[in-house]
Amino acid sequence: MLDSIQDAGRFGYQQFGINPNGAMDRYAATIANILVGNDTYEAVIEMHFPAPSIFFEQPAMIALSGADFSANINGKQIPLNHAVIVNKNITLQFQSLKNKSRCYLAIKDGIKISKWLNSYSTNLVAEAGGFSGRKLLKDDILELNNKTDSYQLDDKDDFKILPWSTNDDFGIHYTEEMMAVPGSEWGWLDKHSQEKFLKNPFFISNNSDRMGYRLASEPLQTIIGSELVSSAVSFGTIQLLPDGQLIILMADHQTTGGYPRIGNVISAYLPMLAQMKAGDRIRFNFTDHQTAENLILKQQQHLTQLQIACKLRLENYIHEDN
Amino acid sequence: MDQLPSYKISSLGDNALIIDFGNIIDESINKAVHSLFYQLQNDPIPGMIEAVPAYSSLTIYYNIIFIRNKLNKQITAFEWISEGLKKYVSKENIETGDPQLLIKIPVCYENGYAPDLGFIASQNNISTEEVIYLHTSTTYHVYMLGFLPGFAYMGMVDEKISSSRKQKPVFVEAGSIGIAGKQTGIYPFRSQGGWQIIGRTPLKLFDKEKINPVLFKPGDKIQFYSITKNEFEDIKSRNA
Repeated sequence: MLDSIQDAGRFGYQQFGINPNGAMDRYAATIANILVGNDTYEAVIEMHFPAPSIFFEQPAMIALSGADFSANINGKQIPLNHAVIVNKNITLQFQSLKNKSRCYLAIKDGIKISKWLNSYSTNLVAEAGGFSGRKLLKDDILELNNKTDSYQLDDKDDFKILPWSTNDDFGIHYTEEMMAVPGSEWGWLDKHSQEKFLKNPFFISNNSDRMGYRLASEPLQTIIGSELVSSAVSFGTIQLLPDGQLIILMADHQTTGGYPRIGNVISAYLPMLAQMKAGDRIRFNFTDHQTAENLILKQQQHLTQLQIACKLRLENYIHEDN
Repeated sequence: MDQLPSYKISSLGDNALIIDFGNIIDESINKAVHSLFYQLQNDPIPGMIEAVPAYSSLTIYYNIIFIRNKLNKQITAFEWISEGLKKYVSKENIETGDPQLLIKIPVCYENGYAPDLGFIASQNNISTEEVIYLHTSTTYHVYMLGFLPGFAYMGMVDEKISSSRKQKPVFVEAGSIGIAGKQTGIYPFRSQGGWQIIGRTPLKLFDKEKINPVLFKPGDKIQFYSITKNEFEDIKSRNA
């Protein structure tokens, strides 16, 4: 499966056709980083199920967030959204897919890799960034930045769950309804297709990955056979393909495209969309910029508070321990 | 340059907006896009993350949280950037941006490097020599980059060598020079592509080890010149 190093994305290079990449579920990736006291742009491992078994040669403080893959060490459950100290010579394993699609692993102080164009994210097309510009493979060894052995874990303990956690509720009720804002070519759809877009269910097809989700539904039609000259597209852009079906562009999208842009899923809903999988049903509903911006501000506020709280708990914990 | 053509602003999601000058491939409109782009590069609107020029539109990505928390609390970030943009587009005279470079690209048009050269020649009832002559006798304008890292959309090619895209994309080698409609472009990587391939350059168009990994930037001028198979392999081995 595709497991790769990602961060909050690579920005400033789209003018050269270099897309931003980054974690699909930025919210979960950020929460994992915050729980272990990292900066929010630290590199994390994005995993899909079946996920890798990870052997720790040294003790480390880790956190998992996003999808529930039944993480465990020697059969004992490792909860999501907790900071956990794992001992050396243990293996973190993932048993079964319980819910969602992508799980994020953060390690305190991050993974020892260099940034490419200011970001740790993996660009698979350019074979750059992340771990040697590629997805992670069996037997890869990731060096950690933090080599201290100050976690004071008893040798007989495999791990220790630290006394702080969060829920991954980001102020939005988990729903099939995707909030979007209209795209520049919304008016190209005929009236009937506009109604269908806002009324009909759309199903995420098997042909969906980090580049985009292809949707299946009743085909939509444009009024005129206009052609769009290439123009920028973004994470969340809903394009109309020539066969009348839609695609939602995701984190590894191209920087530009020539298909009509019907709408864009708003930023606050992208983490939820990123956790959906083939067969899932979604519906679109339009909202305005004010609402979209307020939602992302609220999410950010939650993350900032969590970050302050985690830093404090972490400092106290380290002081008590030493 | 004269005043900007009329424009329309629309959103690309809640964190980007598009200023569009008319959904057209036109060099003077594209130059207006680049002027605006380079002005914003030198003097960005506060809260802007990056700008992406395309044929007839410029897209500006912005940081909602920074704008709303640090810059203003009254209006939306969308309105903030739209307002900020008006200062640039209302200027009487749009300054031209960075000096444009003229970049010369060696191309081998020989057998084995140019799978669709014969097709373009026969489709237009001209010889392959004439296709090469026409392709190398025009200075091309880089309209935009997109599709792949470092893929430059250039134009316009002479009407006599224009061609439709392939029905189905095929694998093309890195450095392949393609034609689609009146556009010409170079594939920086081996990838799927639907353009008709008329030659190949030995130059490394994308070098991830460089601070700026891409050879071209929007607005550059490009000229192709013909090289032999031996010269191709020679340059290629020196660049490896």
